[in-house]
Amino acid sequence: MSTATAPEPVVTGEDRLNLRGQTLPRWTPLAVAAGSVVLALLIYFVTPVDSEIQIVLMAAILFLIAMSAASTVVEGARRARDRFATTLVYTAFLLALIPLVAVLVSVISKGAKRLDLDFFTHSMNNIGARDAGGGIYHAIIGTVEQVVIASAIAVPFGLLVAIYLVEYGQGRISRVISFFVDVLTGLPSIIAGLFVLSFWVLALGFGFSGFAGALALVVLMIPTVVRSSEEMLKLVPNELREAGYALGVAKWRTILKVVVPTALPGIVTGVMLAVARVSGETAPVLLTVFGTNLINSNPFSGEQSSLPLYIYSQAGQPQQFAIDRAWAAALVLIIIIMLLNLIARLFAGRNRLK
Amino acid sequence: MTTEPDSSADDAGPRGTASATDPTPAQLVTTSKAKIGAADLIFKNLTRTAGIGLLVLIAAIALFLVLRATDALSANTGNFFGTQEWFPNQTPPKFGVAATLFGTIVTAAIAMIIAVPVAVGIALFITVYAPRQLASVLGYVVDLLAAVPSVVYGLWGLIVLAPHMKGTQLWLNDVLGWIPLFSADAVGRSFLVAGVVLAIMILPIVAALSREVFLQVPNAHREAALALGATRWEMIRTAVLPYGRPGVISASMLGLGRAMGETIAVALVLPASFKISVHWLEPAGNTIAANVANGWGEANEIGRGALIASGLVLFIVTMVVNMIARAIVARRRDFSGSSA
Repeated sequence: MSTATAPEPVVTGEDRLNLRGQTLPRWTPLAVAAGSVVLALLIYFVTPVDSEIQIVLMAAILFLIAMSAASTVVEGARRARDRFATTLVYTAFLLALIPLVAVLVSVISKGAKRLDLDFFTHSMNNIGARDAGGGIYHAIIGTVEQVVIASAIAVPFGLLVAIYLVEYGQGRISRVISFFVDVLTGLPSIIAGLFVLSFWVLALGFGFSGFAGALALVVLMIPTVVRSSEEMLKLVPNELREAGYALGVAKWRTILKVVVPTALPGIVTGVMLAVARVSGETAPVLLTVFGTNLINSNPFSGEQSSLPLYIYSQAGQPQQFAIDRAWAAALVLIIIIMLLNLIARLFAGRNRLK
Repeated sequence: MTTEPDSSADDAGPRGTASATDPTPAQLVTTSKAKIGAADLIFKNLTRTAGIGLLVLIAAIALFLVLRATDALSANTGNFFGTQEWFPNQTPPKFGVAATLFGTIVTAAIAMIIAVPVAVGIALFITVYAPRQLASVLGYVVDLLAAVPSVVYGLWGLIVLAPHMKGTQLWLNDVLGWIPLFSADAVGRSFLVAGVVLAIMILPIVAALSREVFLQVPNAHREAALALGATRWEMIRTAVLPYGRPGVISASMLGLGRAMGETIAVALVLPASFKISVHWLEPAGNTIAANVANGWGEANEIGRGALIASGLVLFIVTMVVNMIARAIVARRRDFSGSSA
C-alpha cells in the first residue's frame, strides 16, 4: 500500500509533518501478541500437541509472522525488517530465561522435599540406594576442606604470577606465561582430574584423598585468580607507584604496601568467583577423591566425598530415594554457590562506590 | 600491556634518584642501598618463580598424560583413532576414540548452533535494546546461568529436560524424518538433548564476551548510522555487527572449547554407547569427557591409561580451538589499534 502512495510527488498538507512515513499504532504489537497467544492456545487444545514449551514457541512464531506481515503492508520492508529483528532479539533474551527459571524451579521444588535437619547432620553410612534417609554431612565436610586447601594454594600462587606479569613482566617470558595462562583457562576440568590422577595418585602413589582433589581444583583455580588479579593490578594508577618510588620506598614494598592493598577488593571478588566456580566442579573431584559414604574429616588420607560428587553418585541411581537426595544436595550446592557469587558482587559493588 | 613499559621505565629511573636522596627518611638510613636491592631481587625472583612454576605445571600436565597413555596405547590391538569400540579392560585390549570423539564434536556442534544466535541476541538486547539502567542487571541475570554447577545441569537434563523434549523430538522425527539425522526408531536421551544442555551451559560465556565487544563499538559509529536514517536493525547490521564480528567468533570458539570439555552433564544425560550414530534423536552416543567419568570406575591399569590417552586427545583438540580463538582476538586488537 505504501508503495502505491510513495511515487506521488506532491506532499499534501496532512502528510507534511509526517516525516517518518506511515507507522503502525503503538498498541499493535500488544494486540498481535495477544492474538497469537490465543491462536497458539487454540492450536494446543485442538491438535495433539503435548508440551507447554510448544505453546510459547508457536505463539512466538505466529507473532513474528503477523507482525512482519502487518508492518510490511503498512510501514514498508525496511521498517518490517527492523521489527522482525527486534522481535528476534527479545525472543533470544526470553529464551535464555526459560532454562534459568526451569532449573531453579525444579531444583527448589524437588530439593525442598528432603531438606531437613537430618539431611545436614547425617552421612550415608549404612544407607543403600533403596533406603530413605541419609544426608550430606560427610559431603559438606569434604567440599569445605577441599576448597579451602585449594584456595590456600592457588590464591597466593596466582597472585604472585599476576604480580610478576603486571609489575615485573617484560619480554618473551612474560608473554609465554600469559599465553599459557590462557591455555590453562580453557583446560577442560576433567583433564585437571586426569593429571592429578596420573601424577599424584598413580605415579607418586599417594592414593585417593581430599588433598588430591584439592590439587586438581588448584589447577582450575590458578588461571581464574591470575586473570582477575592481573586486571585489578593493571587498574592501579601508575601515580601511586611513582609516589612510592619518589619517597624512596623499594619496589617490593611499594607493591606489597601500596599496589596490592589498592587492588585488594577487586582481587577478593575475583577469588570469591573462582571459589564459587570450583565448589561446583565434579569431574576433577570424581577422579581424585573417589567418594565414600562415610565421614572422613582428614583430607590427607583416605577417600572423601564432596557435594558435587554426592549429587553425581545419587543421580546415577534409579531409585526415587536417591534421586530425591540428589535434588536436595543440588539445592544446597546452588545456595552455597549463589551466596558466594552474591557476596563477591556486593564486594565489587561497594568497592565501585568508593 | 600499555602500562608495562611505563612502570618498567620508572623502575630504573626513580630508584636511582631515590638512593641519591636517601638520607632524609629515618627508616631508609638504617636500610642500606644494598639491602633494598637484595630484598627487591628476592621478591622479584619469587614472583618469577611462580610464573615459571605455571609453565612447569603445564609441561607436567602434558608429560604425565603422555607417560600414562603410552603404555595403554602400545597394548592396544585396535586402531586408536579408527576403532569405535571401547574395551580397554579385556585381555587383548581393543579401544579407540572414533565414537567418543565423534560424539564430542556432534554435541558441541549442536550446542553451538543453538547457543551462538541466542547469545548474540542476548548481547544485542543488553547493549542496544535494553535501557541503560537495566542493562547491567540483565547481564547479571544471564551470568546466573553460569553459576549453576554442571552436575546440576546434568541432573536437570536427565530428569526434567529429557522427558520434556520427547514431544519435540517426536515432532522433529515426524516432520523432518526423511533426513537421516532426524530419523529415529526411538527418541530419548539423545545427542540433541545433550546438545541443548550444553547450549544452555555455554550461553552465558558467549553472551558475556559478545556483550563486552558490542559495548566497545564506538558511539560515533552507531550515531552516524542512525543519523543517516538507518533503522535500529540497519544500525546493528552496518555498525555493531561488523565491528563485533571477530569478538563474537572468538567468544563462540571459547564456548566451543567449553562444550567439548564438559563432562558431568553429558555423562548424566547420554547413555554410554560406543557407536558412530548419525541418528541424533536416538538415545545413543558418548563423548570423550563423559566416557572418562563413566568408564573410570571399572577401569584397570590399561583401562586408566586408555582413558588418559583419550583425555590427551581432548586436551589437544580444546587447546587448538582455544588458541584459534585467542589468535582472532589478538589479530583484531592489532587492527583496531584501540588502547582500551
